[in-house]
Amino acid sequence: MTTVITIPPSLDDQTFEQVVEQLAPLAPDQKILVDARHARWASPFGLTALLALAQSRAERATFAPPEADDTLSYWARTGFLRHAEELYDFTKSAPRTRGAGESSVLLEITPVRQSADVHDVVERIQEKSRNILSGELNLDPRATMGFSMTLSEACQNIVEHAGSGGWVGVQAYRWQKRLGRRVVVIAVCDAGIGFRKSLEGAHLAAGQRLSDRWDDAMALEEAVIRGVSRFKYRDAGRGQGLAGIRRYVGKWESKLSVRSGTARIAIVPSWDDADVPLREKLPPFPGAQMQITIPERVTAERAAPERAAAAR
Amino acid sequence: MINHIDVSTVLRRTVCDLYSNLVTRPTGAAVRTEIETQVAALPGPTLTVIDFSNVNLLDFSCADEIVAKLLLRFAGAGEPCDDGAPPPPRESYFVFRGLQDAHLDAIETVLERHGLALVAESAGVAQLVGLVDDGERRAWEAVSRLGAAAAEDLAAATGETVEDARRLLDSLARRRLVMRLEQSYVAVQAGGGAASPRPASADGPEAPSEEAR
Repeated sequence: MTTVITIPPSLDDQTFEQVVEQLAPLAPDQKILVDARHARWASPFGLTALLALAQSRAERATFAPPEADDTLSYWARTGFLRHAEELYDFTKSAPRTRGAGESSVLLEITPVRQSADVHDVVERIQEKSRNILSGELNLDPRATMGFSMTLSEACQNIVEHAGSGGWVGVQAYRWQKRLGRRVVVIAVCDAGIGFRKSLEGAHLAAGQRLSDRWDDAMALEEAVIRGVSRFKYRDAGRGQGLAGIRRYVGKWESKLSVRSGTARIAIVPSWDDADVPLREKLPPFPGAQMQITIPERVTAERAAPERAAAAR
Repeated sequence: MINHIDVSTVLRRTVCDLYSNLVTRPTGAAVRTEIETQVAALPGPTLTVIDFSNVNLLDFSCADEIVAKLLLRFAGAGEPCDDGAPPPPRESYFVFRGLQDAHLDAIETVLERHGLALVAESAGVAQLVGLVDDGERRAWEAVSRLGAAAAEDLAAATGETVEDARRLLDSLARRRLVMRLEQSYVAVQAGGGAASPRPASADGPEAPSEEAR
């Protein structure tokens, strides 16, 4: 019997939880149909997470692509459909596209399996990110280099810790619902071993006893907040990647969220009053899913009317 | 003799001739190993300019692998090297050149993590970057101004006691920030420029001095 997993019309890091809730009661070898026919929009997190979902299944899943032509066309231009075809059986053939002609797609969805992939991602994105961050998001030119460093470290997390390949995608779009500003969003998702298993292996190998409350949330706190790496027992320099990402996020008033297993941790900036720093006891999903949201910097002239509108 | 190593050339030669960015740990480890090999092949005490002028991006992982581990290895104060590289010569000193603001973000972070410091030169001006206390910084700047200084000279220049001056000089020498020359010390510099108490300039890359070539 095939279980239908319904993709919400708008798929992002928040609504992906609806997908995980549907998956949670199912055995990994349960046959599923991922039904995206009514999807109208997806963030890079949503798209890369759908690829990780397929990776997580022992039985090859079936995928029903969006019915709306513009949605299907956009998902094709992000590179999603091309990779999804390798992982899912499609209910109907997907449109062909030569690549991301879409200006909002800063980086097509790209597989990350080894260090060379990280080099490739960084080399490809630099000029485009410079134009978007400085030209459209009004960020200081120094933000561009930090952006590439952040992207590099986020991708390396997959190579060094996931134990499997993953996916990265970067897009710029106007986030009307929550922020009313343009944002650049980096999404990096995998269905690997996750932070808890990555860290507990190192702790146990070093003869450390795990705390009674050791779980996904505590592992995320160790890795994201305290910069602990599974290599810490043999290399004191490890764990600086996530710490660097955290600093970049703080410096440019950005947002970082990382989901792994049954927990999600977030560095929540002041502009987002709808999110919380830590969520526990979520339905389980393998691997790690990271999102970094960098917002447009609002100039003083623009900020005043926005504040007035918000007050009304 | 001053040795000059262009990091971007090492990157292209050892990892991939298409790369201009120093990202990922394996890349950093490969570049550092090549630098170590070059330095180890030199006879006697060495001063090497590590030139980042043509490096575009340096991420935290590469900064840790190249800069921090190089300093740890040659300062003899840190982790053993298990990558098969030859043992370091007894006295090796480094000056880092062509560091831009974005490089410094990553480098300062990894230096702080390991409690390290280095000498950076920009536009002929040398300065300390990383973790140094006020006393060490004052002492290093004074030695740099004086050209060469024994503990008594430093004490006279800074108002420290001779004992404290000697302790500071020993500490700077252990950290490879000054060189001991018989009874006196000289600040590690390659370009002959004066020490600067100001933050690093972000004017961009500079050509290595003739001396360094």
